Amino acid sequence: MAFSSVTEFFAMGGYGFYVWLSYGVTAAALLALVWHGRMVRKQLHQAAQQQAQRQQRLARRQQQQQENR
Amino acid sequence: MWRWLHPYAKGEASYHLLGRWLPWLTASALLVLLIGIGWGLVFAPPDYQQGDSYRIIFIHVPSAMLSMGTYTGMAIAALVALVWQIRTAEWSIAAIAPVGAVLTFISLLTGAAWGKPMWGTWWEWDARMTSQLILLFLYLGVLALYHAFSDNRTGAKAASILALVGVVNIPIIHFSVYWWNSLHQGATITKFAKPSMPPEMYIPLFVCIFGFMLMTAAFITQRLRHEILRQELHRPWVQQLLVGAKVKEQ
Repeated sequence: MAFSSVTEFFAMGGYGFYVWLSYGVTAAALLALVWHGRMVRKQLHQAAQQQAQRQQRLARRQQQQQENR
Repeated sequence: MWRWLHPYAKGEASYHLLGRWLPWLTASALLVLLIGIGWGLVFAPPDYQQGDSYRIIFIHVPSAMLSMGTYTGMAIAALVALVWQIRTAEWSIAAIAPVGAVLTFISLLTGAAWGKPMWGTWWEWDARMTSQLILLFLYLGVLALYHAFSDNRTGAKAASILALVGVVNIPIIHFSVYWWNSLHQGATITKFAKPSMPPEMYIPLFVCIFGFMLMTAAFITQRLRHEILRQELHRPWVQQLLVGAKVKEQ
């Protein structure tokens, strides 16, 4: 181990701000990528659902027209 | 080989194939990154010149390497898309570009945060940094072009051309530290020479690079699956997958 205490670990030999800034922003950017992926997935579900409902409406209308004939 | 590869060029088959890889990729990426970053932050010795600030290397070098690697991959996909008109190749452009942009952003930001304590400046308009910034703009440009047209194929074609033209930037980034006087140091790891670091530093660095590779592969796999679904949204198999079995075949 390169550090003898937790405080020393967080201080990073005086460079704590720069080291944790780097690691923090990296984690935030990667988490944003994960979050965006989830959002895309959710939007896809919604779009598919809308399309399915539209198709069902269409099918119902066609059936009604056939019955009216 | 082409006959074996062919069915995977179809949306449904590749969607399921990628789905089988994804959990393994994600799990191994998390594991390897945890080992590499933990090793680099806690166990690797401090540098004799830079002290503990050099620990930024464990994310800076992997993200920079992969930002260039993924760009090359995207350019190859663009070439395949333009020449052979394979649609999965077009879609992988859309899958790779956002991941590459985030990697490039990480490499620029960690570079700035490392440059401030070591060089005394966050940013310098020198060859390495400027060309890496151009790489970020290339990624964003490819992404914007891809989604700029209401016709998907036109967008993919435009994005492919930009991706291919932009590939000249890759050797410029790589050799910039040799061609121009740069603030940036030369390569730490090269294929031919021994790394200019002791093994206690470069082994965790290699672990981190490998972890970043796995993570990048996982992100791209996930995004390619989404792009397949988006492009084939009207197909029955996607409807069945996303809405459930209640959709009847018409």
